[in-house]
Amino acid sequence: MVIVAEPKQVVAPGELLAEGDHLLGDNSFKVGTRIYSACIGIFEVDGTRVTVVPLKGGYFPRVGDLVGGRIVDVGLSGWTVDIRAPYEAMLPASETPGPRGPRRRDLSESFDVGDMVLSQVLAFDRTRDPLLTVKGPGLGKISNGRVVEISAAKIPRLIGRKGSMISMLKRETGCQITVGQNGVVMVWGKSPENERVAVEAIYMVEREAHTRGLTDRIREMIAKSNVVGEVARTQTA
Amino acid sequence: MPEPKQPEKLIDDKGIRIDGRRLDQLRPIKLEVGILDKADGSAYIEQGKNKILVGVYGPREAHPKHIALPDRAVLRCRYRMAPFSVDERKNPAPSRREMELSKVIRESLESVVLTDLYPRTTIDVFIEVLQSDGGSRCAGITAASLALADAGIPMRELVAACAVGKIQGHMALDLSDAEDKYGEADLPVAWVPNANLVTLLQMDGILTTNEFEKGLTMALDACKTIHGMQQEALKKKYLVIKEVAEEREETEVVA
Repeated sequence: MVIVAEPKQVVAPGELLAEGDHLLGDNSFKVGTRIYSACIGIFEVDGTRVTVVPLKGGYFPRVGDLVGGRIVDVGLSGWTVDIRAPYEAMLPASETPGPRGPRRRDLSESFDVGDMVLSQVLAFDRTRDPLLTVKGPGLGKISNGRVVEISAAKIPRLIGRKGSMISMLKRETGCQITVGQNGVVMVWGKSPENERVAVEAIYMVEREAHTRGLTDRIREMIAKSNVVGEVARTQTA
Repeated sequence: MPEPKQPEKLIDDKGIRIDGRRLDQLRPIKLEVGILDKADGSAYIEQGKNKILVGVYGPREAHPKHIALPDRAVLRCRYRMAPFSVDERKNPAPSRREMELSKVIRESLESVVLTDLYPRTTIDVFIEVLQSDGGSRCAGITAASLALADAGIPMRELVAACAVGKIQGHMALDLSDAEDKYGEADLPVAWVPNANLVTLLQMDGILTTNEFEKGLTMALDACKTIHGMQQEALKKKYLVIKEVAEEREETEVVA
């Protein structure tokens, strides 16, 4: 049980991470007793588990994920949704709220091509394309606010340890923020200026995800943007 | 522009080659990662006068759908030379040579990419040779594996590649265009260091067993050097952002 690479540092694919009986986390693989990194990312050690948190990469769906998607096609019994994954997702009409049974009305009245929807992955495995649902609180068409698209690999950093980053962002910018696991982030603010600062902060997290002391730096950046500061003060008053 | 004339000697009396290198010396290599915004991953390599740009897209939906495989991703590779990359205008139509290189480069990369993680998808690699100076298939592999890593595609490790050849009876590393044209043999090698696999081995010309063995050793040593440069180039992109960000923080604390 030897940790070879330095934890919290950037590792390249094929770099030796550890040797011995460690548990394999994401993006690592074992050859004999040696454990190597499978992608460019930050090396993390958690007990006996070794993981590489990727710095780049697309979204790969998992059941239960909250995802923001764009309607690309309206069919007879459902919609095709682009959820920024390598697979086309289906949102069947039966997974929308409302009365069951045959529908006489046109499905494009609910969601039309180009609409953004917030949905949840209902089913997905290697053999079938993802199936979505918009039944649930907060799910459905996104008709206001701002949508920010960042790399899905940076989502864990945007949320932070136990949600520290995202709760700080919500508090300091006074915005409501919903994070889709696929890198689609929705921001609703009290004013366009609040939203602008929140969006800027989200982009900053994406750009500097692998740096230390990021939460503090973001907090300072938000504090410096005066407009939000004023709004925040009036809110507390 | 006419073909460059055949030099009188490829190696002078002191054992120095026409571009001033020793027999076991690589050309200067410059590697950059992530220079295309629209591609998922990209890399640029300059090796001697070679200038090669690589863009990687994927994993993404396979089109046309019938090429998709049920258990893994399809790796597609296109090696292409720009019409202005050589002395005489190169016909932009895909040539026999380009098709062959696309195939051998794909096979060389397939052995490291963990394609089984992304069933029914494709990963597309576009290798564009902007300026060619011999050994471009090797430089292409070196850059393509970097671009794949930059795209965040899971892979066993980076592939490094380098050619050796025989000029005036001597084994020489990393042949340039003139040495390749007027030399006696050319031996491109791609190597995967940890697994100790050779994923590309071609030979053009005639070598004795001894010469081949000597050449292979030289090529593998060079691949080791190149592999180190690849890792450095890949990490550099993130370390630069890190330094800038953390420095900014320090100056803010001081202020």
